[in-house]
Amino acid sequence: MEFKNLVIIGGGPAGLAAAKSAYDSGERDILILERESELGGILNQCIHNGFGLHTFKEELTGPEYAQRYIDEINDRKIEYKLNTTVIDVSRDKIVTYVSSNDGLVEINAKAIIFACGCRERPRGAINIAGMRGAGVYSAGTAQKLVNIDGYMPGKEVVILGSGDIGLIMARRMTFEGAKVKAVIELMPFSAGLNRNIVQCLNDFDIPLHFSHTIVEVVGKDRVESVLVAKVDEKLNPIMETAFSIPCDTILLSVGLLPENELAKNASVELSNITGGAIVDDSMMTNVDGVFQCGNVLHVHDLVDFVSAESEVAGQCAVNYINGKARSAEKIEILTTNGVRYCVPEIILKDNEFKPLALKVRVANVFKKVKLQVLLDDNILISKNRAVVAPGEMENIALTSEQVQKLKTANKIEIKLVSEVL
Amino acid sequence: MKDIIIIGSGIVGSSIARELSRYSVSVTVLEKGNDVSVGTTKANSGIVHGGFDAKSGSNKAKFNIAGNAMFDKLSEELQFPFIRNGSLVLCFDENQAEALESLYEKGIGNGVEGLEIISGEKVRELEPNISEKVHSALFAKTGGIVSPYEMNIAYAENAYNNGVEFQFLKEVIEIEKNEEIFSVKCSDGSVLQSKIVINCAGVFSDEINNLVCEEKLHIIPRKGDYILLDKVHGDLCTHTLFQLPTKMGKGVLVTPTTHGNILLGPTAVDVDSKISLSTKRNELDSIYESAQNTVPSISKRMIITAFSGIRAHSIGDDFVVGESKVKAFYNLAGIESPGLTSAPALAVHIANEISTKYELNKNEKFVATREAIPHFAVMDNAKRLECIAKNPLYGNIVCRCEMITEGEIVDSIKRPLGAKDLDGIKRRTRAGMGRCQAGFCTSRVMEILSRELEISMLEVTKSGVNSEMLLGRTK
Amino acid sequence: MIKEMICISCPMGCHLSCDITDMNDIKVTGNTCPRGVLYAKDELTQPKRIVTGSMRVVGGNKAMLSVKTSNAIDKHLIFDSLRLLNEIKVNAPIHIGDVMIENVLGTGVNFVATKEIL
Repeated sequence: MEFKNLVIIGGGPAGLAAAKSAYDSGERDILILERESELGGILNQCIHNGFGLHTFKEELTGPEYAQRYIDEINDRKIEYKLNTTVIDVSRDKIVTYVSSNDGLVEINAKAIIFACGCRERPRGAINIAGMRGAGVYSAGTAQKLVNIDGYMPGKEVVILGSGDIGLIMARRMTFEGAKVKAVIELMPFSAGLNRNIVQCLNDFDIPLHFSHTIVEVVGKDRVESVLVAKVDEKLNPIMETAFSIPCDTILLSVGLLPENELAKNASVELSNITGGAIVDDSMMTNVDGVFQCGNVLHVHDLVDFVSAESEVAGQCAVNYINGKARSAEKIEILTTNGVRYCVPEIILKDNEFKPLALKVRVANVFKKVKLQVLLDDNILISKNRAVVAPGEMENIALTSEQVQKLKTANKIEIKLVSEVL
Repeated sequence: MKDIIIIGSGIVGSSIARELSRYSVSVTVLEKGNDVSVGTTKANSGIVHGGFDAKSGSNKAKFNIAGNAMFDKLSEELQFPFIRNGSLVLCFDENQAEALESLYEKGIGNGVEGLEIISGEKVRELEPNISEKVHSALFAKTGGIVSPYEMNIAYAENAYNNGVEFQFLKEVIEIEKNEEIFSVKCSDGSVLQSKIVINCAGVFSDEINNLVCEEKLHIIPRKGDYILLDKVHGDLCTHTLFQLPTKMGKGVLVTPTTHGNILLGPTAVDVDSKISLSTKRNELDSIYESAQNTVPSISKRMIITAFSGIRAHSIGDDFVVGESKVKAFYNLAGIESPGLTSAPALAVHIANEISTKYELNKNEKFVATREAIPHFAVMDNAKRLECIAKNPLYGNIVCRCEMITEGEIVDSIKRPLGAKDLDGIKRRTRAGMGRCQAGFCTSRVMEILSRELEISMLEVTKSGVNSEMLLGRTK
Repeated sequence: MIKEMICISCPMGCHLSCDITDMNDIKVTGNTCPRGVLYAKDELTQPKRIVTGSMRVVGGNKAMLSVKTSNAIDKHLIFDSLRLLNEIKVNAPIHIGDVMIENVLGTGVNFVATKEIL
């Protein structure tokens, strides 16, 4: 058995930011475990621009953003292991990992930060009928094949789901010479950023069909076409509206799921809504000394917010290791009236009055609304929004003074209020 | 010239090949696909049936009972996943109790041991998640579950190790018989000769038979769709749960798999095509609804994949087994459920018949055992450590969901009759069978295939000919 | 006359309303920051995009090098600029910011590396 103060699972943007901030908070006994052959996580395959406007005040590509943090880790000489997969985390904080170099190692950690990201929802989970020939890829797999390995998964593409990776891949496949025939979205709105609809679809006249779905995949050995139909209000396909689109490839961008199988083993309590852990404002889960940040906690749209959240987790993990007393009293944030969730879910009624970001997603598309934070039914913050959508996370930044008020309230509520009323 | 040609390397062809390899006889298996277990065997319920359901006196009943009894020893010898988990036929209606009783009687008549009718209360004790509506059930303790393709692969590997030759991509299109010698012509133009031909061609067994026999067979392809649930819901039930057939239909089964998933299905629809494995939306919906009658807490969120399989249904509704009117041409046709359960007994039966008739000598070098790929996920940590020390590739996890290592994947490619494509690796190692359905490991497995088979990435296929994964380079 | 558009300057995706009655004096509302005004004016007169892509690497620890244009280039030049990337292979080692193709199509903008290759 080995011992470490802080073990960080995952060397992507969340893990790197958490490690940097833990180091800067005074901790030196840190180990990052990364299953890939390089640090940086999924950013390495996101070669498009659009990262870092908040963190670095300039627009970077994924690999550039990752390199900034990799450099920070190297400057601090923080220890990390590559090609290393964690296979178990126990409730008493024993992390078991395997690698070709080290074999199988158990580490007893004082604190653990889960920063292991999310995975893509597969075809099966959305129950598309049809044949099972080659040519059905998740958008992320296709992104790796194209950007990292230099291969084309297909030439004539239909994309199911308008999540950001799907939109980005519509443009990338077009750039690499493929014909993207259509993007099919089940909902009446996109799960991706508006910006990506403009610059990835509209720029290249790629049609986006809202309230449609693929009802059947045709092609025994390789995809030959898809049958697409309109869906009704209950999202059931209306077969009379079905039409066929010939294609050799289907990319799925139908949602991301926090990767929490390991956390479950460690008895971490998960949210049914986010799929991530339920955390307090120190990013700690119900298991003492176990923290989460980044996409394993809840799926973000912007890596900048992942970094910010992870820095909080890193710092709070160090406080925990150093035995800083924590208040046992907690208050749960209520999300009502169109607000689907808020992370963190729980506020500790302690004296840590540092700035805090509340990350909120709404349940539907709403126009002309106010997004409000209420303490004991009094408005703390009210933000006017022309449009809010589930695809765009709202980041509510609270000042120290506002956090102090938050921590002394008996009821915290976040809700949408119609401006028209 | 060979002594025996077996057409088809599904569970029936492969098990016969293995049983024949006990004798000094030259055997070649001709397979249309690029791997073993790519037809009916790869996609079915994986149930080792008790034998109460088959018509009394039928081949189905006889071989089911005999086959079932062989699984404990076989699964040990050949190291394939098998669990005798017991099965329950659920009766939802007091008025159906009589039908349940007659099923029990039929089972006793067939010689099924350990049959019992139990109350709804007792059922719910055994299966806490089962519907409140269950009135009573037929409990068959001898029922079991098996991984059908792994059983098939194990049989084939063992046959191969004992000297049987396997040839792939050999679609038989003509069979001629001249003076006791069969000339078997394949679509690639090759011709092989043998003294005996055994037709194990599954849904195509009618077409093979009809190439030589006056007496025609007719196989109806009967498609069944299935739904697979995530392992995290693997504790929904422990027994195989059938529904007692009613006027409303046959119902679907809900069963654990040997790897801890829950399987729902199948539907039964006669189709025109013997090759088109296409799930249908309405069928999947009907499975889902019917399964909820058995276990009400089943929900769509639990689904990780759906697939379909095709059974070879014969007009006569029974297995066609044995020598045809053409001397030395053997048929194993219409082997639908309980074909998987019956296969071991069918194989021994055919091997006995041929060895007796042709006075075959024992193969003194026959080895009855076969070693499975060591599975990292099910080892304890001490064993894992030892395994990585011996082969560092076991320290590289490729499929996260099922915890499959590079060592296992390389083994599955390098071993006899090794995997040639992604689906072959999936069936041998389970890489890609988990909840992410190969989203993460696809590109990695492709790289390993390309490296180990010394082929370009562009030649890597999902399931053989015409299923290339990539359609070019970016630049 | 009002033209609606979504600003793509950053992921916020502000919904902009542009009064284009006078093309020489476009009035923009709905923006959160000054870049929204610049974007709208450019988009209505001379739309530009940053182009990202990849190039094949010779002798490095990666097969592909990711690159971007150092500034936005005219939208209609996107595909011509991408074609340049297909024609050239680059030698390792490469550092972030290294100029891989100078003065792309006479725009004065370079394709620069966005990845460290050893």
